[in-house]
Amino acid sequence: MTGLVTSTARRRSYSVLAVVLALLWAFPVYWMINSSLLPYNRIRGAEPTFWPLDGGFDAYGRAFDSGFFAALRVSAMVTAVTIGVALLFAFFAALAVSRFRFRGRTSFIITVLVVQMIPVEGLFISQYKMLEGWQLLNSVAGLSLLYIATVVPFTIWLLRGFIAGVPFELEEAALVDGCTRIQAFFRVTLPLLAPGLAASGVFGFVQAWNEFALALVVMSRPENRTLPLWLRTFTEANRADDWAGIMAGSVLIAVPVLIFFLFVQRRMASGLVTGAVKG
Amino acid sequence: MLRRARRDAATPTRRSAHLSYVLLVPAVLVLLAAMGYPLARQVVLSLQEYGLAQQFGQPPEWVGLDNFQQLATDAYLWQVIGRSLAFCLAVAGLTMVIGTALAVLMTHISRAARLPLHVALLLAWAMPHLASLTVWQWLFDSQYGVINWLLVRLGFDEFAGHSWLIEPLSFFVVAAVVVTWMSVPFVAFSVYAGLTQVPGELHEAGAIDGASARRRFWLITVPLIKPVLLIVGLLQIIWDLKVFTQIFVLQDAGGITRDTNLIGTYIYRLGIGQGQFGMASAASIFILLVTVLLSLAYVRLLAREEGL
Repeated sequence: MTGLVTSTARRRSYSVLAVVLALLWAFPVYWMINSSLLPYNRIRGAEPTFWPLDGGFDAYGRAFDSGFFAALRVSAMVTAVTIGVALLFAFFAALAVSRFRFRGRTSFIITVLVVQMIPVEGLFISQYKMLEGWQLLNSVAGLSLLYIATVVPFTIWLLRGFIAGVPFELEEAALVDGCTRIQAFFRVTLPLLAPGLAASGVFGFVQAWNEFALALVVMSRPENRTLPLWLRTFTEANRADDWAGIMAGSVLIAVPVLIFFLFVQRRMASGLVTGAVKG
Repeated sequence: MLRRARRDAATPTRRSAHLSYVLLVPAVLVLLAAMGYPLARQVVLSLQEYGLAQQFGQPPEWVGLDNFQQLATDAYLWQVIGRSLAFCLAVAGLTMVIGTALAVLMTHISRAARLPLHVALLLAWAMPHLASLTVWQWLFDSQYGVINWLLVRLGFDEFAGHSWLIEPLSFFVVAAVVVTWMSVPFVAFSVYAGLTQVPGELHEAGAIDGASARRRFWLITVPLIKPVLLIVGLLQIIWDLKVFTQIFVLQDAGGITRDTNLIGTYIYRLGIGQGQFGMASAASIFILLVTVLLSLAYVRLLAREEGL
C-alpha cells in the first residue's frame, strides 16, 4: 500500500531500522539461551559473554536435579485435562452457536466474550475459598476446573469462526447422498474442522502451561507445583549464584510453547480482533 | 452466510432448538461452577466479616457494607488504585504507540527485512510470562546484568551495581519495559493486518492530489484502521489492569511490596496473605466491575465490526 510511494533509498534505511529493532526485540530470548549455556566463571565475569562458544549443558542438569520433573508431571496432567475437557465442551457450545438459531443465542455469545475478559484477580479469592470447601486445593482436578473455565470462552469464540467457515451446503450434500446427519457431520464437517481444533488445542495448552496466578493460589504445597511455580522457587533459591541454571529452567519452560505458538499465531491474532471468520 | 441465517431463522424446528441447548449444557455448567458460583460467593463474602478467626471455624458475621466503607476510607487503597490506573494507562499508551509505529514500519520495508522482525516479535509474544520475567530480572541484575553493563559503557557510571527493583519508581520502569516488550507484538500484528487492508489506490489518489505522506497517513490510513486501533487499545487497557503475575514476580526480586503493590497483588496479599477474605472480596468486586464495564465496551465495538 504506502509502500508504492516509498523511494528505494528510504525503503532500504527503513529495512535496516527494522532489522535493528528485530535484534533488539529478540535479544532477551537470545540472552536466555546464551546464559543457560555458559559456565559459572563466564556468566559472572566483569564483561558479559555474548557467544556461548565454550558453553555446555551443565546448567540444564542442575535444573533437572532441582525438582523439574515433579513439576513437569503436574503441569502435564493439568494441561492434558484442561485441553481435553475444554476442547470438547467448547466444541459442543460452538456447534450450537454457529449451526443453530435459538433464543438467547446472542446473549450467550456476549456473556462468553465478557467472561473471557474477567481478570484472575477479580475472582481468585472466592475461587480459593470454593476449592478449599470442596477439598480441591492442591489437586490437579481443582486447578484444571479453573483452567477449563478460563479456556472455554475463547475456545468457543475461536471454534465458532471455524465452524461457520465450513459451508452448511457441504453437509446438506452429504445428506442428499444418503448419509445420516451424524455421518455427515463426522465424515464431512469434522475433518474440515481439524485445523480449528488444533489451533484451539494449542491455545489451551499455552494457557494451562503458562498460567501463574491461579496456580499460585491453588497449589501451595511444594510437591504440587506446576512449572511456572517451580521456576519461581528455583529462581529464588539460586538468584545469588546460579543464573545459568535459572536461565536453563526458563528455556525448558519456554521451548514447547515457542514451538507450538509459531504454528497458530495467525489464528489467535485474528480470532481476538475479528472473530476468526465472519459467521 | 446470510442465506443460511435466513433459512435457519425461517425453519426453527423445535428439535434443533432442544439440541442446541443440550450442546450448551457442559460449557455452561463448567462456567457456572468455576466462575458463577465463586462470583455469588464473593458477593456474600464481601458483606461479611471473614478474617482469620472465621478461617478457624468461627461463623462469619454479616456486616453489610462495612468492608466497602472501610476500603473506601482507606488512603492506601486509593493510592494503589491510582497507581494501577497510572501504570495501566502509561503502559497501554506506550504499547499502542510503539506497536502502531512498528506496524507502519512493516509496510515500508522489504520482505527480507520483514521476516526477522516478524520472528522477533513472535518470540517475544510467545514467551511464557514466567520465563520472560525471569530473563528480564537477569538482564536488569545489579551486578552482572547486561543493562547496567551497557549503561556504564555508555558513560552513566552511576549504574555500576545499580539495583533497579528496590526503589518504587525504577521498579515500575522495569515493570513497564517488561510489560510493553511482551504486549507490543500483538498490537503490531493486529494493526499491520489492518493496514494491509487499506487499498493502495487511496494513497495514490492522495499523492496525486498533492497530500504529503504524513497527511495521507492521518487523513487516509488512520480513519480506515480506527476500528482496529480502538479494539486493540481497549484490550490493552483491560490487560494492563491485570498485571498480577508481572508485578508479583518482580516484587520477589525487589522485596518492597507496600510501595509497589497494584490492585491485583494488593488483593492477593490481603486475602491469601493475611486471611482477610471479606475485605479482599470487596476489593475484588471493584476490579470486576471496572473490567466488566470495559469489556462491554469492547464487545460493542466487536459487535459493530462483526454484526453479531
